[in-house]
Amino acid sequence: MVERRPLLTFTQHAVLIVGAAIFVFPIYLAFVASTHTGTEVNRGLPLLPGDQMQENYAIVLGEGLSTAGAPPIGLMLMNSTIMALAITLGKLAISLLSSFAIVYFKFPFRVLAFWTIFITLMLPVEVRILPTYEVVAQLGMLNSYAGLSIPLIASATATFLFRQFFMTVPDELTEAARIDGAGPMKFFRDILVPLSRTNIAALFVILFIYGWNQYLWPLLVTTDESYYTVVMGIQRLANSGDQLPQWNLIMATAILALLPPVIVIIVMQRLFVRGLVEVEK
Amino acid sequence: MRTKKVTFRHRWLPYALVAPQIVITLVFFIWPASQALYQSVLRQDAFGLRTEFVGLANFARLFADPLYLESFFTTVWFSALVAGSSMLVALVLAVMADRVIRQATTYRTLLIWPYAVAPAIAGVLWWFLFNPTIGILAYALEALGYDWNHYQDGTDAMTMIVIAAAWRQVAYNFLFFLAGLQAIPKSLTEAAAIDGAGPVKRFVTIQLPLLSPTVFFLIVVNVVYAFFETFGIVHATTAGGPGNDTVILVYKVWRDAFEGLNLGSSAAQSVILMAIVIALTAIQFRYIERRVEY
Amino acid sequence: MSDISLRDVRKVYSGAEAPTIPGLSLEIVSGELCVLVGPSGCGKSTLLRMVAGLEEVSDGEIAIAGRRVNDLEPAERDISMVFQNYALYPHMTVFNNMAYGLKNRGMPKDEIRRRVDEAAVMLGLDGFLARRPRELSGGQRQRVAMGRAIVREPAAFLFDEPLSNLDAKLRVKTRVEIRDLQQRLRTTSIYVTHDQQEAMTLADKLVVMNAGQIEQIGTPIEVYERPASLFVAGFIGSPPMNLLPPSAVPSLAPASAPEHALIGIRPESMVPADDGPIALDVRVVERLGATSTIHGRLPGLESDVIASVPSTVPADPGRTMRFSSPGDGVHLFDGRTGRRLG
Ligand SMILES: Nc1ncnc2c1ncn2[C@@H]1O[C@H](COP(=O)(O)OP(=O)(O)O)[C@@H](O)[C@H]1O
Ligand SMILES: [Mg+2]
Repeated sequence: MVERRPLLTFTQHAVLIVGAAIFVFPIYLAFVASTHTGTEVNRGLPLLPGDQMQENYAIVLGEGLSTAGAPPIGLMLMNSTIMALAITLGKLAISLLSSFAIVYFKFPFRVLAFWTIFITLMLPVEVRILPTYEVVAQLGMLNSYAGLSIPLIASATATFLFRQFFMTVPDELTEAARIDGAGPMKFFRDILVPLSRTNIAALFVILFIYGWNQYLWPLLVTTDESYYTVVMGIQRLANSGDQLPQWNLIMATAILALLPPVIVIIVMQRLFVRGLVEVEK
Repeated sequence: MRTKKVTFRHRWLPYALVAPQIVITLVFFIWPASQALYQSVLRQDAFGLRTEFVGLANFARLFADPLYLESFFTTVWFSALVAGSSMLVALVLAVMADRVIRQATTYRTLLIWPYAVAPAIAGVLWWFLFNPTIGILAYALEALGYDWNHYQDGTDAMTMIVIAAAWRQVAYNFLFFLAGLQAIPKSLTEAAAIDGAGPVKRFVTIQLPLLSPTVFFLIVVNVVYAFFETFGIVHATTAGGPGNDTVILVYKVWRDAFEGLNLGSSAAQSVILMAIVIALTAIQFRYIERRVEY
Repeated sequence: MSDISLRDVRKVYSGAEAPTIPGLSLEIVSGELCVLVGPSGCGKSTLLRMVAGLEEVSDGEIAIAGRRVNDLEPAERDISMVFQNYALYPHMTVFNNMAYGLKNRGMPKDEIRRRVDEAAVMLGLDGFLARRPRELSGGQRQRVAMGRAIVREPAAFLFDEPLSNLDAKLRVKTRVEIRDLQQRLRTTSIYVTHDQQEAMTLADKLVVMNAGQIEQIGTPIEVYERPASLFVAGFIGSPPMNLLPPSAVPSLAPASAPEHALIGIRPESMVPADDGPIALDVRVVERLGATSTIHGRLPGLESDVIASVPSTVPADPGRTMRFSSPGDGVHLFDGRTGRRLG
């Protein structure tokens, strides 16, 4: 800071603390709601946590809300985990391989391959909902983990990030490896991938959050409840038809649905920030 | 497009390496997108038995359809509100955090995590808080004399989804503003301070102009977000209502495709969305190119 | 024991108009340390990289230990290389950096261990085997790069400016170590540098290059004492040789010297003498300790003439000093072709 102005400094901290509090506020109230009985919540929202936490979470995790036609959240959480990890690892794998090819080989159609990958940037699921659904249906991938993840693992962003990073790896390392008798795949495995580990970790955070938070895609390709993911499944609870929504249980579900990515982002904050700012560069 | 100066030579390996990504891209991206393009110029009869080529008629009908136009303007309005409010709040917080360098990372931790919350979940949270009968915010508003009901009032519903969408996005904008501010050499602000400029003047005359590339970049990113990634908020909460007051374009494509079953119109809507993404991406890349020149 | 031979080797980079190396032949005897020296951009690295197999040979033939290697992969050529920036694998320990090439050849673990340990002791790296490159000083990294080359026990070492990233003091020290190491191992080596001092002190055989061609091959002393061309005369020796038209120093020019000849006198060969034929108006005197470097002008000449004299010789700016030069200190060049005369 340039100069001392105690009042200004105080204002700054005040604004930041109030800001942070406003951000936590909805989550706090959701948590509070998830620790009371349904009646208590419906009578007017309490502001302090209640004593129903174990009961509520046990219900959503184990039994699910049969009245809302939703399976136990435990199963949905597992589906979300499988989908998020499959998308993340799949994207990382195919992006590493393709950017390795594009940067370290000269081959006919290289530029075409690059542009094909590039074009995916311009075609998010949202702009091709129906035809993509049809392709997945024709391939018999509806209601399957493959259908939930494979169509989402093409990623121009990850490919670009790796390409950018590979371009900064000194040529001499490649040459030293050649003299040391390493062929392309050995170089990739022993040198390039280990060198990329910070980038891989940063992308892991970003992609995991991306994968976990998918909504439209699971909504399209799953009709069988045993493949529901938690982020998508929550709307089934919230819109449970004529019945009064069981807010305490919905909020418990919301907390469970947001916890994994939030934990990932907080634990791996430094990597995430670096990765994000770099990816978007 | 460059390769390394030092490359490997292999007859088939590079093709094998790009194959997984190319195959997935072709099957799940390019093919469906071209299907959308193709179907957007066709019309099917009611039984799906006959299709005929209709040129741009599907597009013409869309732009003559008041519901579509309404959805278009709803989306534009929604994006402007989300981008504007989330950037403004983020900028204020980032400026504050930038000035307290020492604790900046602490505040960053406190402020970035909403980014990890799915838009749909964010929607459900705010939906709960604004619930007209039991929501604490609705209750507070009532105490202030405002009768909040997003089931009945379109403006209330819009306000709610804007807040839910922006709440999550502030975190993202905050990160970029903070990074942008911290990249401004301290010597510049110090020089200005020595020249007698106070904090506000320094911000307006030095930091803000230097931040303008970040502002521009974030506008594009936020508009893309509001256009395409907020489907979950609408679907999980208002379902487009009341009436059609919160039907954003992506929600409309989805609803028309799966409920209306009008292939040609749905395809034409997809094509229009594609054009929007392409335009936004192009703008973004122009910006990146410019920045690379520095 | 091996030798390296280059026959009519040519290099044209794709897209380049002129060849970088228009055609060059060179024989390197077993056990010899051959230094390629020349200004930056003259093609030294290109030549070395062709020997290593990192750059394709456009034409001609390269043989290592009597075996044509043009079409062999670098790993199959039985060479090892030390790069200017060392090219150590940043994520591997010192041990693994040295062992990687051996592992790739399927060498048994205990043999790898033995060789790496031996090299580490030789290079004073034995306490550092578990460290990563970023935890080492510049000099230590350089030695790891050397170690990686040594453990292979190759037919030839190739060095590309291996000391350029060190500070001046360390460079001199490491230079001595490299010389010592090479003499002990007696491994045929090619060493590329643009630093003439480094070249002179290291070389068994000195190859002076200019614009992709060889200007002169010889021992450092031969090259110093009988530079084959104006280019070599100017490049080898510091400060560089004075080049004067015969008219400026008529008494030193042989009668047979053609009109377009140039007379070369090294600053070290300028001997102060009261009746000497070279009269300099002293402009600047640089005192280096043991010697002083005198910059002065000859009447009618645009550029400075330089003399290196013991610091005991009195010299002051503004005075006129007279110098002579012993007969073998005077070189004669053809000013048009640049070649040495006689
Ligand atoms: N990969 C390349 N492609 C095209 N030209 C190159 C390449 N590498 C080097 N050159 C050119 O060849 C010439 C010699 O380069 P180099 O062998 O690196 O010189 P030196 O090592 O003597 O400084 C330079 O003019 C350089 O620009
Ligand atoms: Mg070089």
